[in-house]
Amino acid sequence: MSIPAVVFNQVGKSYPQYHHITGGIKNFVFHLPSVLRAVRDSRYVALQDINFSVKQGECLGLIGRNGAGKSTSLGLIAGVLKPTVGQVTVSLRVSPLLELGAGFNPDLTGRENIFLNGVLLGMTRLEVARKVDEIIAFADLGDFIEQPIRVYSSGMVARLGFSVVSGLDPELLLIDEILAVGDMRFQEKCMAKMMGFKQQGVTMILVSHSMGDILKICDRVIWIENHLVKMVGEPRQVVESYLANV
Amino acid sequence: MKRSVKHLVDLIVVLTQKDLKVRYKSSFLGYFWSVANPLAYAFVFYIAFKIVMKIQMENYALFLIAGLFPWQWFSNSVNVNIFCFLNNASIIKKVNFPKSIIPFTLVLQDLIHFLAAVPVIVLFMAIYHKSPSWNWIYGIPILLVIQLILTYGLALFVSTINLFFRDLERLTALGVTLLFYFTPVFYSETMIPAKYHYFIQINPLSTLIISWRNLFLNGQINWMYIAASFVSGLVFLAGGYWVYSKLSWKFAEVL
Repeated sequence: MSIPAVVFNQVGKSYPQYHHITGGIKNFVFHLPSVLRAVRDSRYVALQDINFSVKQGECLGLIGRNGAGKSTSLGLIAGVLKPTVGQVTVSLRVSPLLELGAGFNPDLTGRENIFLNGVLLGMTRLEVARKVDEIIAFADLGDFIEQPIRVYSSGMVARLGFSVVSGLDPELLLIDEILAVGDMRFQEKCMAKMMGFKQQGVTMILVSHSMGDILKICDRVIWIENHLVKMVGEPRQVVESYLANV
Repeated sequence: MKRSVKHLVDLIVVLTQKDLKVRYKSSFLGYFWSVANPLAYAFVFYIAFKIVMKIQMENYALFLIAGLFPWQWFSNSVNVNIFCFLNNASIIKKVNFPKSIIPFTLVLQDLIHFLAAVPVIVLFMAIYHKSPSWNWIYGIPILLVIQLILTYGLALFVSTINLFFRDLERLTALGVTLLFYFTPVFYSETMIPAKYHYFIQINPLSTLIISWRNLFLNGQINWMYIAASFVSGLVFLAGGYWVYSKLSWKFAEVL
């Protein structure tokens, strides 16, 4: 048996409430004792005692209300956050999907942005150059690909964003609520691409509020409620209990 | 080359290219903006100090330009870079990559703008019947590297701290303005009264700007000043990187 792709071992994450200091130096200096106390005592708990593992090639869904800790979990897997207690072990190369338009520059053309975003997501320029035609074909934006993306509609930006991802050669894909992009036809194309990734054995972790997507793609679902794992199991069961609870 | 190194190089290339492309897309205006600002300052100081206050100095316009161009690079890099992590919040929150290259590419771009402006200095030298010196061939690269590490260190420091104290930009802008008047940019170091001469030694920008100006105007290289700037450059770089490495794992939390 191969080693698991991701392991969460008694993971907890909390952070100080930074708004006390991001208010500025002036505020910080003039109210030093109270600010220090506030930063030390008021910690926001985002996750508590989380244990789960993801097998290689598995597709895991994370569901739960807003603010339950789903995105924090993805941040921990991506390595942009460190757990406060416990360990997160990731044994694959992580490809996080960016929010729509993140990492794009509005004054560059679609083609130039493909290079920018591809390299940001971990490809070398040569790898992007090899894939660029495939990515452009997938985005299917016609002549717009040579125009600055500030003239794009938001749907078109979204399509370009997803297309860059489709050109990736991911091992572990993190998807935070961005499957519903573009028109119906493009959404179907995205879904087909995701299923294609799944068949290739790409490990996926998907955060979504669309239970339809979750049921369609995931092999297993974790329901996070109030920063704790409430339920783990077969998608249909977990989604049903979640919907009954909401 | 190892893949990770190659990727890092590519990351620096695409990020640097990005803003250069945007800036020079309307090619003439793009170039115009990188020289217009220091030229405008030179014009103002020329009016104020040469025409109104009648400063005793030959070739004062040239003197101003030789100091203002490198100064412009420094002040731009510090004042603009302070927002570089904030502006890239959406990426920093999702992708784990060496974030320290964001300010690096920005300082690198300002270096390129500065280099692109050197012909303007040569043009002014021609007006004053002076010609470039052979010493430029090694003098310019040395000073470029020194200013790059010094500015990068400071930029890394302020952009990191600015994430936690969001009003640092005001202090930084004030600090850079003060530093400008304490640095011999529009006056020469010989005009400083002897009892304040130590000011040159404690201000790393002084030795750097004086080195640039001596190099441009006379092809002169003062190794003492260069060594002093280099050492302070290393100190800034080490300090900036230390602060960054202590705090970088908190970036995604605080953004």
